[in-house]
Amino acid sequence: MSAILVAENLTRTLPGEVPVTLVRGISLTIDRGEFVVIKGPSGSGKSSLLYLLGLLDQPTSGALRLEGEDTTAYDEDQLAALRLAKLGFVFQFHFLLAEFSAFDNVRLPMRRLGRLPGHRQRERAMQLLQDLGLAGHEHKHPSQLSGGQRQRVAIARALANDPPIILTDEPTGALDSKSSINVKEILKDLVRTHDRTVIAVTHDDHFAAGADRQLEIIDGRLV
Amino acid sequence: MQLYVDIAWSHLRTRRRQTIASLLGVVLGVAFFLAVSSLMRGSELDFIARLVDSTPHITVSDEFRDPTVQPAVLRYPAGAVSVLHVKPLTERRGIRQYKRRLEQIDAIPGLRAAPVLAGQVIFSFAGRDEAITLSGIEPARMQDVTTIEDDIVEGSLEAIDADPNGIIIGRALARKLSLAMGDTVSVVSPVGNVRVMRIVGLFHTGRAVYDETQGFAQLTRVQALLNRPNVANTIVTRLEDPYQARATAAHIERLTGYKSVSWQEASEDILRTLMVRNVIMFTVVGAILLVASFGIYNVISSVIMEKTRDIAILKSMGFRAGDIELVFLIEGLVLGAAGSVLGFLAGSGLIWVTGQVRLAVPGESDPVNLPVYWGWGQFALAMLFAMLSALAATYLPARRGARLAPVAILRGAA
Repeated sequence: MSAILVAENLTRTLPGEVPVTLVRGISLTIDRGEFVVIKGPSGSGKSSLLYLLGLLDQPTSGALRLEGEDTTAYDEDQLAALRLAKLGFVFQFHFLLAEFSAFDNVRLPMRRLGRLPGHRQRERAMQLLQDLGLAGHEHKHPSQLSGGQRQRVAIARALANDPPIILTDEPTGALDSKSSINVKEILKDLVRTHDRTVIAVTHDDHFAAGADRQLEIIDGRLV
Repeated sequence: MQLYVDIAWSHLRTRRRQTIASLLGVVLGVAFFLAVSSLMRGSELDFIARLVDSTPHITVSDEFRDPTVQPAVLRYPAGAVSVLHVKPLTERRGIRQYKRRLEQIDAIPGLRAAPVLAGQVIFSFAGRDEAITLSGIEPARMQDVTTIEDDIVEGSLEAIDADPNGIIIGRALARKLSLAMGDTVSVVSPVGNVRVMRIVGLFHTGRAVYDETQGFAQLTRVQALLNRPNVANTIVTRLEDPYQARATAAHIERLTGYKSVSWQEASEDILRTLMVRNVIMFTVVGAILLVASFGIYNVISSVIMEKTRDIAILKSMGFRAGDIELVFLIEGLVLGAAGSVLGFLAGSGLIWVTGQVRLAVPGESDPVNLPVYWGWGQFALAMLFAMLSALAATYLPARRGARLAPVAILRGAA
């Protein structure tokens, strides 16, 4: 397996009168098709590390290479372009746009990227929703869907541009047990059958048990 | 672009009540802008039309714009020569060879000209003496140059051709001296000539001083009365395009050497007043739109406060800060454009209603409609004002929204 994401000595410190270091000198390599779980107590820096790996935040020091591309000196627009094409996010809360239907939410990243023509975007959005068991719910708005269904729409949206890496932050944290199992199975399936890299932050030991690798972070350091 | 429009539209649609309230602000702003500017511009154009109609477009007088240059100054142009206390030669006033000058002016395309000899005379009737300005004219030419014929309420301009002793005076003067059509009066010139003239016409312009102090008679008759045969001291002209008067006056002045004053130059103070009035008017109506733009600012700011999580998720998806800014700018533009279009309809209605209002103006026999102006320029200006106000109101919140750091929002939401 080849490395898809390489972090070298990543540190993130929030400036202020009393600077707060969220992530301290983390180095790690994540391979293509790997399912990595980041665990740790609350406030340990799990989400901060995820945001750094997902190019949502920039490290105070250290370097991050995505598919061999050094992103250290990239500006916000370049990072946005990389996120659009290569990364998909699923958060604890679905963060769907309330005014858009499930179908339109899934189409959003495709419309922004513009890699596919309109009819192919529509076909792909329908297919993703069907694959995630949402056939018949395509034109419903988030308020008309259950928590589990919304999270599946969020997963479909994360997959819209066919990114090689999916990053999730407590994806089952706000779901009931049945929906939680369903979402976990979908994420595991992404790794098994679609050769995607999944990096998940979780407290859920059962979910973590299915991962290829578990990383534990305490006080911003990998242990 | 359609993607950004869709997101912008979804924001406006979901905040319907606030959107409508801010839209209403722009609509009212544009409508009042149009109504006020239409009325102000209409009255201005009406005033200028009356000014242009009632006065010659160019008046060539027997004066020179600059005093005659003394021979010593001509001889030593670079020398420190100054000739003080010069008493000019006593010369015969009037435009020299006025017929030749008239031909020269007549040859200018799009222009008609008429000679006038105006002088002070004493009007004497029933023991009362009134000083008036008597203008000697050629009725056939004068008809083409001034609107005096339109102001004649009894008799006609041609009557002074039919009766060489005929005179036309203002109705106000006739009333003052208890004169009527066909009555005869004595007219005494400053050189002592006396003529008995018969009233063959009465005019009424509505300008009291003019109506009480002006009279018209045949040119040759006035030349004889003032003892100035073959002399005219003014040439009045009318142009097909009155707005060419300034340039044409300069041309005539170069051609003849005599002072030629365009109606714009003669009415500079009035035109300046009108300009100041326009500045005040546009400041006031611009302020209305500025106030309306605060409504837009309020809506966009509220949307951004409510949609911080959406902004974070769009950015995490790969939307750039510029994309987010564009979404909110589109919202402002949509409000500005929709407000302008609806404002056009409301403003057109207001202009139409204003145009139907009839007022009795002192001195006018019939009530007149308020003058309104329908020119497209004011519609374009209203739209420009509205769009600029909307953009200005949107820019700051849009920029603030675009700069939101997604991580800070996601941490807060988690």
